[in-house]
Amino acid sequence: MTKILSLDELKKLQMEQKSILEARSDKSHPECIIQIKVTMATCGIASGSRPVLDFIKSELEKRNIPAFVSQTGCMSYCYAEPTVEVTVPGKEPVVFGYVTLKKADEIIERYIRKGEPVEGIIPVNFETIDTK
Amino acid sequence: MAKQIRIALRNCGIIDPERIEDYIARDGYQSLGKVLYTLSPGETIEIIKKSGLRGRGGGGFPTGLKWEITSKVKSDQKYVVCNADEGDPGAFMDRSILEGDPHSVLEAMAINGYCTGASKGLIYIRAEYPLAVERLKIAMKQATQYGLLGDDILGSSFSFDIEIRYGAGAFVCGEETALIHSMEGLRGEPTIKPPFPSESGYQGKPTNVNNVETYANIPVIINKGAEWFAGIGTERSKGTKVFALAGKVKYVGLAEVPMGTTLREVIYEIGGGIVNDKGFKAVQTGGPSGGCLTAKHLDLPIDYDNLIEAGSMMGSGGMIVMDEDDCMVAIAKFYLEFTVEESCGKCSPCRIGNKRLFELLEKVTKGEGTIEHIDKLRNLGKVIKDTSLCGLGQSSPNPVLSTIENFYDEYIEHVINKKCSSGVCKSLMQYLIIPDKCIGCTLCARNCPVNAISGDRKQVHLIDQEKCIKCGACLEKCKFSAIYIN
Repeated sequence: MTKILSLDELKKLQMEQKSILEARSDKSHPECIIQIKVTMATCGIASGSRPVLDFIKSELEKRNIPAFVSQTGCMSYCYAEPTVEVTVPGKEPVVFGYVTLKKADEIIERYIRKGEPVEGIIPVNFETIDTK
Repeated sequence: MAKQIRIALRNCGIIDPERIEDYIARDGYQSLGKVLYTLSPGETIEIIKKSGLRGRGGGGFPTGLKWEITSKVKSDQKYVVCNADEGDPGAFMDRSILEGDPHSVLEAMAINGYCTGASKGLIYIRAEYPLAVERLKIAMKQATQYGLLGDDILGSSFSFDIEIRYGAGAFVCGEETALIHSMEGLRGEPTIKPPFPSESGYQGKPTNVNNVETYANIPVIINKGAEWFAGIGTERSKGTKVFALAGKVKYVGLAEVPMGTTLREVIYEIGGGIVNDKGFKAVQTGGPSGGCLTAKHLDLPIDYDNLIEAGSMMGSGGMIVMDEDDCMVAIAKFYLEFTVEESCGKCSPCRIGNKRLFELLEKVTKGEGTIEHIDKLRNLGKVIKDTSLCGLGQSSPNPVLSTIENFYDEYIEHVINKKCSSGVCKSLMQYLIIPDKCIGCTLCARNCPVNAISGDRKQVHLIDQEKCIKCGACLEKCKFSAIYIN
């Protein structure tokens, strides 16, 4: 990391980072990839999201499914922890609740690999500042 | 239908909190850059003032005004403090922000430093939040490496760095003067205001203290403008508020709603209603300093002033929902027990008054109360509110006063009929045997841990009320439904 020394440099870095993120969801881009976010705030970890994160990472590798897996903070569905957000290119992101290792396996095998619907999706109930 | 708008929680659950690049991609540190290069401190404060943002920690003091006061005091050194001492039982919004989006707080503190003329920031956080502390440390390290904290930020002449100070978890240390004393290594006790910390705070220097959620709003206000922010909310409360929705609701979690949203919308639409579809009884807002509101308040638009008028307060944003199985006298006692434990003991109304208030409530829940005790509770509560030194004592009788106001019948039931229809106050309950149903199997007597049940085989049994500890073992074991609770 080098120090950012001006407003222009900060804007440049933002654009670079933004395009990396956008490329992941852009179907026509070669960097486009399945994205998985696992909630790793205190509430999620307490409900067992750490083994779920490890399981998803190792299983995707074993099953040869390329994906970008990351941790994130609280998605605010505390009642349904652990929660996992999956974005398959070309589809809207979906959040699964009460994700156990068994459920994670089902998500990988059925939702991601076969494109079948899987139960346990939490409906989005908020607006972001990007849309407001 | 979406009721929520995420401003303070804009990045929570979206970015990886341990990667500063994720934050930067989503407009992170742009507001700091904008302020440093295009706005004067005065202009920036004007934006915050115009936005109408009020302190999210409880008091609701106008944030811009606080910044302005701190900026105007002349001093060689000033401090920016982030109050992350979230202590209300059942509140977890600040923790979620720090764990999910730590940079938003760091950026806002730096903006505050630029506005007030401070070069040093301090985050006072409780040691019980280890993950939040860890993520803050990572964030501070990354921001320093990118030159977003430290000397000559973004190539400007402004320098600002941040340190973490740990709290040991005392509730009173959420009060700003007590918090400052605790950071100085002194006992966490409040002192009389004025002087306000804005004039004389940490080490006697001007200190701007704001809460986590307040800071988290700042970068968005700078970025999107005061008018945008002021366009959300009610006339006197702008923007959104994050609530930690807990208790007997189906969907426990965080809810960030525009000010002016009704309690009904939060509890029924976002919270999904009451668990097991039971009846709604009350909602407690503002933690131990707040009050209990009832069904008649469900359509009340939530803002600072409406909640105070209804006898509760915004507080930091805890929202605990109760159903028909909760006893309001016991709830008031629960909160008061917390306050008695957490009172620092410096002033007598809080130290002694709350203890006496607690004892009176205990009498009521034990069936030893009289109608005079209710008047006494009310009077003593008012005296404590009027005469206590700090916000803790000034608000601690609120749960008692609001439950007397809104659930007077329940108090009457406890003192006159000596009954608790919710079945919570054990001293007022009686386990009784229905003679027609008892076949004398002796199962209950054999399972009673205190040998309170007597009776011969094949004879109707009897529970000795003097000995009974109301454990419920007999009720659970009886196969003939011959035991009931009075």
